[in-house]
Amino acid sequence: MLKISNLHVKLEEEDKQILKGVDLEIGAGEVHAIMGPNGSGKSTLSYVLSGRDGYEVTEGSAALEGADILDMEPEERAAAGLFLAFQYPVEIPGVGNMTFLRTAVNAQRKARGEAEMSSTEFLKEIRAQAKELKIDADMLKRPVNVGFSGGEKKRNEILQMAMLKPKMCVLDETDSGLDVDAMKLVSDGVNALRAADRSFLVITHYQRLLDHIKPDFVHIMSDGKIIKTGGPELALEVENHGYADLLTEGA
Amino acid sequence: MALPQAKLDATEARLAGLTLPEGGKWASDARTQALARVRAMGLPSRRDEYWKYTRPDTLTAPETPEAAVFETDESPVFDGIDSVKLYFVDGVFDADASDDPALAGVEIERLSVVSGTDIHWAKDIFGVLEAKGQDPVARPLAALNTAFATDGLVIRATGKAERPVALIYRHADTASDAILHHCIRVESGASLTVLETGPVAARFNGVTEVDIADKGTFNHVRAQGRDHELRTATHMFARLGEESAFKSFTLTMNGVLTRNECVIELTSDNAIAHVAGAAVGDGDFHHDDTVFITHDSLHCESRQVFKKVLRNGATGVFQGKILVKEGAQKTDGYQISQALLLDDDSQFLAKPELEIYADDVACSHGSTTGAIDETALFYLRSRGVPRADAEDLLVLSFLAEAIAEIDSEAIADDLLTRLQAWLARRR
Repeated sequence: MLKISNLHVKLEEEDKQILKGVDLEIGAGEVHAIMGPNGSGKSTLSYVLSGRDGYEVTEGSAALEGADILDMEPEERAAAGLFLAFQYPVEIPGVGNMTFLRTAVNAQRKARGEAEMSSTEFLKEIRAQAKELKIDADMLKRPVNVGFSGGEKKRNEILQMAMLKPKMCVLDETDSGLDVDAMKLVSDGVNALRAADRSFLVITHYQRLLDHIKPDFVHIMSDGKIIKTGGPELALEVENHGYADLLTEGA
Repeated sequence: MALPQAKLDATEARLAGLTLPEGGKWASDARTQALARVRAMGLPSRRDEYWKYTRPDTLTAPETPEAAVFETDESPVFDGIDSVKLYFVDGVFDADASDDPALAGVEIERLSVVSGTDIHWAKDIFGVLEAKGQDPVARPLAALNTAFATDGLVIRATGKAERPVALIYRHADTASDAILHHCIRVESGASLTVLETGPVAARFNGVTEVDIADKGTFNHVRAQGRDHELRTATHMFARLGEESAFKSFTLTMNGVLTRNECVIELTSDNAIAHVAGAAVGDGDFHHDDTVFITHDSLHCESRQVFKKVLRNGATGVFQGKILVKEGAQKTDGYQISQALLLDDDSQFLAKPELEIYADDVACSHGSTTGAIDETALFYLRSRGVPRADAEDLLVLSFLAEAIAEIDSEAIADDLLTRLQAWLARRR
């Protein structure tokens, strides 16, 4: 599904190398987790994949189903099936949540040469999806993320994911700012979307999210590289011993 | 203080081409006094502090700068709003094209007819609110209007008006120079909505005086004309009675020069006055909102919300003042002016002012100028919304706070549609 090879990235504004040769291959239907200490480059990886300005790829490639995504605009990557759940979802006053989502769904469909979704179809689906995520009608009508609690914002990200039906979902520290109940709700939403043709890359600082979203593979990232790969037990090791041991091991 | 010779000359040059209209004694007196005010103040010049950011030359010149008539096949603004529609062509009332002005609870007459009468209620408003609004800042163009306006409407609401009164201004002559003067009286407990749309004329000087009695409500929504070369100076003067409400919103989407002044006096307790505007400009667009709100009573609320989106070298100006007089306790004053600059060539000039002589008030003001928020833009694009559409969404998002000032959802939706079309045309 997603193949990242020898990815080197530096900040555009300053001469600072953030990713120093990331290799990662995610098969269809797989869930991969990336863990790592602060500043290891986890979030940068998510931004570079989704096409945020400010980063320069100096070497390497990233391909989604064989297509190089690094030269694509963010909206083209989205239409190709990439989705980033933001660590800090952005508030957009004056634009209704539902209007925004419908614009996004239909823009992607248009880009793929598919027919636009009718408003009845859209309404029916969004109501069903919102119900699963315990998002009420009021939240759908309100401006995008404005006045939403931390948990509501994250649930709204998952709702967008459910409506946009991406192939490759990148979750950037989705657990940050969530209490136990909210984490469960968000995780249930993600788990409901797991499918044979949909893959996930879960970026997290802590192991606890992985209790809910069970990964097939866990990668440890440090100083811009993946230094260790294993199964779910690797996350437990981090939980019990911290990153220190792993980092010395990797060095 | 003697006026500078250049100002005197410029003023006399403009007055030379105008004649005081004939009328009944009260109207003639009002006009003569207004002319005296013009002579005493002199017409505005670029040296005047109040005109520092907007050059008044073309507004005061004896000759009218030409303005091409804008042709469009779009439906007129407010077309879908159930209202009594009254038409003006180049600033002259067109009775044949207009609806029958008989609307329950509202009396509508022409100034040209009313001003010929010996006695009329309008004498307590015509030129009176304008004269009051000359202090502490001179507004000579408004006095010029009172002196020379022949046409306009005199509207009186004695109950709750069933439908809005829509004034639709058509521009036909490329060199038309229109002066229109409306007087509106909202009686105790009555309510009225006035809509205004259209370019009026190549050059337009408009004054509206609004007198709202106790517990009266006045709503005003205006969409100024799209003709690119328009030069417009408008003044709105309002006097508010106890527990009365005044709300005005203006959308401006074009014009090389627009100056909208709003002068409000809160002289009775518990009244509210809201003035808002959204302006979107491209190229040699110059748009000036000048607002002066005086609090001279207890527990009054005033609110100013102005937003401008500027691109390709367009200029936006905001001069907004809240004056809280001694004893105007429990005043609640709010003022925000913001500009979204879509490029480095456009500019926003803002002069927000608070002058407070009472000690138990809540007044706040803010002014910001900024570009499109890159993080928000990326967020929208990451969801598949193409850059241009995402930018449009963010422009509408920026304007939303001003649009939200409009009470009627149908009218707000109508204006939003116009804004979307404006954005789409400028891709």
